[in-house]
Amino acid sequence: MSARDVVLVDAGGTNIGSLRYALQRLGIDAQVSDDGERIRRATHVILPGVGAAGPGMARLRQAGLVELMRSLEQPVLGVCLGMQLLFEHSQEGDTPCLGVIPGCVVRIPATAGRRVPHMGWNALQRLREDALFDGLAAPDFVYFVHGYAAPVGASTVASVEHGACWSAIVRQRNFCGMQFHPERSSATGAALLRNFLGS
Amino acid sequence: MLTRRIIPCLDVRDGKVVKGVRFRDAHVVGDIVELALRYCEEGADELVFYDITASPEGRSVDRQWIERVARAIDIPFCVAGGIRDVEAARSILHAGADKISVNSPALERPALIDELAAAFGVQCVVVGIDSRLDADGEWRVRQYSGDPQKMQALPRRTLDWVVEAQARGAGEIVLNCMDTDGVRTGYDLVQLQAVRAICAVPLVASGGAGTFAHFHAAFVDADVDAALAASVFHSGAIRIAQLKSFLAANGVEMRP
Repeated sequence: MSARDVVLVDAGGTNIGSLRYALQRLGIDAQVSDDGERIRRATHVILPGVGAAGPGMARLRQAGLVELMRSLEQPVLGVCLGMQLLFEHSQEGDTPCLGVIPGCVVRIPATAGRRVPHMGWNALQRLREDALFDGLAAPDFVYFVHGYAAPVGASTVASVEHGACWSAIVRQRNFCGMQFHPERSSATGAALLRNFLGS
Repeated sequence: MLTRRIIPCLDVRDGKVVKGVRFRDAHVVGDIVELALRYCEEGADELVFYDITASPEGRSVDRQWIERVARAIDIPFCVAGGIRDVEAARSILHAGADKISVNSPALERPALIDELAAAFGVQCVVVGIDSRLDADGEWRVRQYSGDPQKMQALPRRTLDWVVEAQARGAGEIVLNCMDTDGVRTGYDLVQLQAVRAICAVPLVASGGAGTFAHFHAAFVDADVDAALAASVFHSGAIRIAQLKSFLAANGVEMRP
């Protein structure tokens, strides 16, 4: 895995440090950058994100990264808010997003016994086979913390149940997204990150 | 289905983990990273680090140990203590913490909750509440509970504060019931039930865990999302793996 040149896109996501450390535990020294040329040269690009969709997109725009992110052809992984930004639109702040994955992100409605934010360890429901699951035995418990989510759609690889079923892992061409935090999901999260980097 | 969480709380003073009974006479119980890793291995779902000296002395938490913890562990953790503004919170989150928890500074200036939620999203913002039953039968909040010399009883009713904190952007509430804290006689189920009834965000029970049955009652009778404890884990009186097996066998959804 040492030949991997992984860049974490610095778009103000506060989980950027956690992701960098998680990659270090896998033996990968990821670079943090908001420079378009540097990002384009990477073998793997990770878009972290904790926060709100509006400021997240604003930060990408200010750094001149919107078109660049859309045009990337290497494997790209959006994590949490980073995954939501891959969709066309977020209801959070009525924000147009990158639009590389069809669909919109909406607020999770609070229902009886289903509190919002969706916070804690929940099981992935695999909807189709994917190389991300290599070596993993279901059920996979991963750590979620989010108040907005993407409904299940054509790009959904795995869903999660919280009042309704939501996209937990999505994949569209070279773009992949994880709504949960692989960097904080123990051995399962580490395996998912390792499998992403294997692609 | 979302599982319920078991959260060891590591009270930190001067970079060391301490635990005091009813917050007094805190004594050192171990190294932060060592304990954090031990709890990860035992199956803890999340960790909370609470700098009990931070608020009374008017300083912010030191970042170095946060980064050490963030590098070492692969489960989420929350940092509490002395976070008075967005910049202090940002530096803690950038050091690798997943959530920040505010208590006394939010009581001093409730708009802090709004500012943190706007900057980082409600999912990062935990409001910790120290609460105690007063002689008139009302639960009221306590401020600066980390230091017995400076602790204050406020006129603010706990239930009112829970409602206000959510309206301002709390993404989770940790209710520390001070009457039961550290004495291992069980969580304050009556108070937790009263708060649960008005709390739409995740609720964490804190204060009083002594036996497996106490955790079970908090989840089943008070419907809390997570249960936090310190001394029973630090002393080894309760092993997390055994606790989670017991709870799973008794109908509480647990991460294996």
